[in-house]
Amino acid sequence: MIKTDILIIGAGPTGLFTVFEAGLLKLKCHLIDALPQPGGQCSEIYPKKPIYDIPAFPEVLAGDLVDNLMKQIEPFQPGFTLGERAQTIDKQEDGSFIVTTNKGTKHHAPVVAIAGGLGSFEPRKPPIPNIASYEDIGVEYIIRDPELYRDKNVIIAGGGDSALDWSIFLADVASEVTLVHRRNEFRGALDSVEKVQELKNQGRIKLITPAEVVDVLGDTHVNGVTIKQGEGTFNEPCDHFIPLFGLAPKLGPIGDWGLEIEKNAIKVDNSLDYQTNIPGIYAIGDVNTYPGKLKLILCGFHEATLMCQSAYQRIFPDKRYVMKYTTVGGVTGFDGTKKEAPKAVVKAID
Amino acid sequence: MTDIKITITDRDGVAHEIDAPTDMNMNLMEVVRSYELAPEGTIGICGGMAMCASCQCYVESDHVLPEMSDDEEAMLAEAFHVEDNSRLGCQLHIHPDMDGLRVTLAPEE
Repeated sequence: MIKTDILIIGAGPTGLFTVFEAGLLKLKCHLIDALPQPGGQCSEIYPKKPIYDIPAFPEVLAGDLVDNLMKQIEPFQPGFTLGERAQTIDKQEDGSFIVTTNKGTKHHAPVVAIAGGLGSFEPRKPPIPNIASYEDIGVEYIIRDPELYRDKNVIIAGGGDSALDWSIFLADVASEVTLVHRRNEFRGALDSVEKVQELKNQGRIKLITPAEVVDVLGDTHVNGVTIKQGEGTFNEPCDHFIPLFGLAPKLGPIGDWGLEIEKNAIKVDNSLDYQTNIPGIYAIGDVNTYPGKLKLILCGFHEATLMCQSAYQRIFPDKRYVMKYTTVGGVTGFDGTKKEAPKAVVKAID
Repeated sequence: MTDIKITITDRDGVAHEIDAPTDMNMNLMEVVRSYELAPEGTIGICGGMAMCASCQCYVESDHVLPEMSDDEEAMLAEAFHVEDNSRLGCQLHIHPDMDGLRVTLAPEE
């Protein structure tokens, strides 16, 4: 069991900055994120895009913002559970919480801060009417174990990097690989596109373009798909159908935690501390909503700062504390580092 | 300030004729959000970077619209429910030439 003071769900910019503000109050943090790396949308969707409305940064790349935040919070030694999605929450008798991920990792904390942004990133599922009934019996949206496809006949759909890369990889594993894409053009790294072309010329990958999978076939397991090309359709046999259309954020299991939801976001008390309807659970950043809410990184930073003060009071109800300026108090890390303003030398003139 | 008229059919099939400002650097996705014609969290998820297709719409009038960027084209290649007249609302900046535009929002993915 991982124990911490503030358990932060979501390692985007708001979640990361929470570690800093909590650290100033000597509170330790642990972050859970479904993505394998910190940074949330900034790292996953637009690392190379500039942001212009971070105060005092006329321009900063989203990826650099994340790198800087990671550097800023380093002294506070946050823990990370990455690549796992927060699944369930159980309130304990003492008012603390145990949050368990989809992989079974348990986290225990007196305060939970949901900084989940738009939710966790899940594979985009194509709108094929019967596809849900074939999940785990031949339809997979994520390739977890390529060995599953050893000597099997596999159909992949999609036109981006992951569809191209997995087609190339599985060409050596599967008995047959067919790649179906709606356009004749693929958008991916040039060498991936060239490699697919080469494998196609060698007859090791079959390309069906421009075409779309419109139906999945089979009784107890997938045994084929229906493909629409032009005005006609035809069936193509396969053992596995793997749609790879990238990731999209979904609020996911957090939506079932008994929190008040409005406009696909978690309602909080913005007049006070961004607490949800469940005391001890806060929601900050893009995941929350309140009158006048703006989904901006700078608003997330503000919400994180106020939330930490409230969390401190919740954890230490009998302690008195006032906010200190870092310029006055410096920053003392849990790793023994100390940053502080140099003392001015005052010298009288004779 | 000049406003133009745009008719937007929402995902329930209801048509709304609305005024869209041409001088606020707004795009069609933002206009839809400002009139709350689709629930928050179901449109403009990526914020308007042509990186999701939640603002996909079908252009039904014969307006000549700016050409698609590579980003928009690539996103629509991966999106679902795509038709020949599909565009991403976030990539259509409100311009006086769009007066009378008619669009229908694509279904939610």
